[in-house]
Amino acid sequence: MAELSQVVGELISRNGGLLIGVLEDVQDRYSYLSEDALREVSKRLRIPLRDVYGVATFYRAFKLKPCGKYLINVCLGTACHVRRATGVLETIRRELNVEVGETTEDMKFTLETVNCLGACALGPIMVVGGKYYGQMTPQKVKKVLKEYA
Amino acid sequence: MNIGEFEGLARGLIERREAAKNVCITVCSGTGCRACGGEEVVRAFAAELENLGLTGTVELRDTGCHGFCERGPIVVILPEGIFYQRVTVDAVPEIIEQTVRHGKLIERLLYEDPQSKEKVVYEKDVPFYKRQHRLVLANNLLIDPTSIEDYISIGGYQSLVKALAMQPEEIIEIIKRSGLRGRGGAGFPTGRKWEHCRRAKGTIKYVICNGDEGDPGAYMDRSVMEGNPHSVIEGMIIGAYAIGANEGWIYVRNEYPLAVKHLTRAVEQARELGILAGSVLGLDFPFDVRIAKGAGAFVCGEGTALIASIEGKIGVPRQRPPRTTQQGLFGKPTNMNNVETWANVPLIIDKGAEWFSSIGTETSKGTKIFSLVGKVQNTGLVEVPMGATLAQIVYDIGGGAPNGRDVKAIQIGGPSGGCLPKELFYLPIDYDSLVEAGAMMGSGGLIVMDEDTCMVDVARYFSNFLQEESCGKCVTCREGTQRMYEILTDITEGRGKEEDLDLLEELGATVRDASLCGLGQTAPNPVLSTMRYFRGEYLAHITEKRCPAGVCRALTAYRIDPDRCTGCMLCKKQCPQQAIEGERKKPHTIVQDACIRCRICFDVCKVGAVMKTGVEVVHA
Amino acid sequence: MPNVEIDGISFDAPEGWTILEAARFLGLNIPTLCYREGLTHWGGCRLCIVEIRIGDRTKFVTSCTCPVEEDLVVRTATPRVVEMRKMILELLIAQCPTSKVLQDMAASVGLEKVRFKPKWEQCIFCGLCVRMCDEQMMAKAIGFVNRGNRLQITTPFDATSDECRRCGGCIYICPACTLRCEGAAPAEVLCGRCANSLQPTCLEDYENFSCWMGLKGECGTCVKPVHEDKQEENS
Repeated sequence: MAELSQVVGELISRNGGLLIGVLEDVQDRYSYLSEDALREVSKRLRIPLRDVYGVATFYRAFKLKPCGKYLINVCLGTACHVRRATGVLETIRRELNVEVGETTEDMKFTLETVNCLGACALGPIMVVGGKYYGQMTPQKVKKVLKEYA
Repeated sequence: MNIGEFEGLARGLIERREAAKNVCITVCSGTGCRACGGEEVVRAFAAELENLGLTGTVELRDTGCHGFCERGPIVVILPEGIFYQRVTVDAVPEIIEQTVRHGKLIERLLYEDPQSKEKVVYEKDVPFYKRQHRLVLANNLLIDPTSIEDYISIGGYQSLVKALAMQPEEIIEIIKRSGLRGRGGAGFPTGRKWEHCRRAKGTIKYVICNGDEGDPGAYMDRSVMEGNPHSVIEGMIIGAYAIGANEGWIYVRNEYPLAVKHLTRAVEQARELGILAGSVLGLDFPFDVRIAKGAGAFVCGEGTALIASIEGKIGVPRQRPPRTTQQGLFGKPTNMNNVETWANVPLIIDKGAEWFSSIGTETSKGTKIFSLVGKVQNTGLVEVPMGATLAQIVYDIGGGAPNGRDVKAIQIGGPSGGCLPKELFYLPIDYDSLVEAGAMMGSGGLIVMDEDTCMVDVARYFSNFLQEESCGKCVTCREGTQRMYEILTDITEGRGKEEDLDLLEELGATVRDASLCGLGQTAPNPVLSTMRYFRGEYLAHITEKRCPAGVCRALTAYRIDPDRCTGCMLCKKQCPQQAIEGERKKPHTIVQDACIRCRICFDVCKVGAVMKTGVEVVHA
Repeated sequence: MPNVEIDGISFDAPEGWTILEAARFLGLNIPTLCYREGLTHWGGCRLCIVEIRIGDRTKFVTSCTCPVEEDLVVRTATPRVVEMRKMILELLIAQCPTSKVLQDMAASVGLEKVRFKPKWEQCIFCGLCVRMCDEQMMAKAIGFVNRGNRLQITTPFDATSDECRRCGGCIYICPACTLRCEGAAPAEVLCGRCANSLQPTCLEDYENFSCWMGLKGECGTCVKPVHEDKQEENS
């Protein structure tokens, strides 16, 4: 707990007290926002817990549950949708047996969707652990996932 | 640094650049090119140049987004401007050996015009670029966005110096006369907004750059923030000086990490040179910029929600009046403009209001950057004068739809916009001319759709997007978007009724007129515009239980015509769900339960044996 | 004192008043739901919308949040405004048919049919409970969580709150909790019996017509919205 308190303190100064910046850095550090972390941020910034929790749940970037080893982000922007990104998402869901927003049982993959990464020429796009895979089709999914077996 | 010292530095950098005769290899390092191997290409060049001992004589430069994203990674060899596209790592040694050392061209890397089959050598001659009128994006190709020296060497911050010698009211007059209007979509006259903010009571004022480009499919602002961050900063300093603000904020959505990185670096460099300081370039004018990141909320593109977000609150809009120019960030008068708007300011100060207003139409001046994506050959960023027609952009620059398909419609303006059928492509794009047709220019996203796109599915897609992005405060938006999604889902799954169309019209009208903010007020646009122009598709879904484009899974089945099938097993091998059965040389069949309608079999069959058909009435 | 014209009546309104305050002062009836004197205005239910004209432009605004200004012309019940109020109530009733407050308002605007599938939810997100807890009790124990179609009102982590003083203010002020309508049936979601004096109201059919603190929130509706069809268990 002392470690958490120290880390939060540092991140608060680094972000000039901006709540969203602080939460983003806390999440980067611990891979998600735990109840303890949110309570600590509320205490240190003197913002009511209700408000911190409201912010943490309002914005999509924040995860309140532990994340898997690899975060899979499938772009569902309009350009990708028109190029049939839903087929790609469907295939990933079936292959990994996981719903959007959830993590696989073995904690290896967390599946999320995002509403446009701004790389539309390469659509449909799938990002795994920060690595971009463009021009995805349902066929290519298995091959990509095998890279992380 | 004061103005005199800055001028000295600038002169030196400009002269050095103009005198430079050595070869410069520029590699596009926008997110798009990086995502398809651009980073590896840069590293390969650096390594190879080092190996050959050429690091001193040949320059290697990462540049901002060139915009022709379909052809990335893009490499342009200066000073001639030789344009190589789809460059891979193994082509790197060849490029250095052939082109850099011996001035020989590598044919296979040159752009080939799809119609004439002619090869094009220079970037300026590539039809995609030639037919554009690049002002804001022009400099992306020339500079390394992480180097303030590069920016200064092409004349950067000269407009700031010019502006600081004028009176604030003079600057506002120039912006007013230029006719610049907000590029974020609403199109409010920028000069007038600056004037309102200047006249507002109070000594503490803010300027904000809205970099929360949330429209899916739009990435113009990303390219400017990543590729030329100083142009935005320069615009903001000029604006702040004119308005009387001493602090600026740039709000960037967190899905753009490279933009955040480059802007942060640019701000640091500007501080080092005293361009952002307690006394900007030595004058009695303090100004600094802070960067705030978004956290994944489309609604934060709306002004009051964005401000709430910076203040650490949930992004819930508030009603106006009072306007943000009276009461904005932390309750103080605030001037918020879009990225592209700010980037236009230095150009206007440099070349004058008359020059700017000579481009474009009567009511919409200057150029506009569009992101042309979807079912189009030449995907990328297109900058054209206001008033260019949709046809010019989609066909002349975009090259139409790929694979010989017919373009059917264009979606313009993101989730706030509408769909226009190809029959209306003669319409010019500007702030006002599309409104009567039921669409709006919006922030510049243009999504091309072909005959394989289902317009009802598009409307459903947008309703789903909006029901999730709605902040939930007002009943009409929160419940309205959910109900629109519900009705459209029923229609796409075979449960549609004739009355649904009237209900959608009535609901849409109330959501539009009674909602609190722009998100709700424009939420019905995708539905209403597709119903207006593609009513036939809606009726097919409702009365015939058929999806003409073959997209809605409940209303489409793929079947193999046994008379046409040659039993080649190609579709069977390609099917990702192993849903096709059949032996070699015998007709194949598709197992309907396993089929996910991905269409791969339809696409790969060489004899056209796979057909799209309707289904019997389906109930959930 | 800005001069405004509301429904044809010219009036010098005190500076800082909203259109709603001015209209009520003049005796005009604008329906409200999420507005309560003593709490800050919210502008979420949209029922108090009116049509305003400034110069030559007209638009619709919520009267509870819009301050009066010079030369403002207001119409509180144009046909379009009434039409929109009906649609708003249609959406609200489809969300929560068991609120007597909503049923009575629906009957008063003449709503005849609800064309959306009823959700049988218990919360309409008017935010009165949140503002009550913030401003009258200074507790800030409950708040909005998530957004859009996943919006909720609850305590942080759905956990029993240290800040909550069990005052019951949130239950008291809630338009869905305070008076239940038992008359909404799955087939015909509109009740309207209270508004029609000739019909027997549910008071005659049911003994429990409001939520009692005695239940100590065990039904769960005060803390979390319930999504199943809870027709039988509505009190």
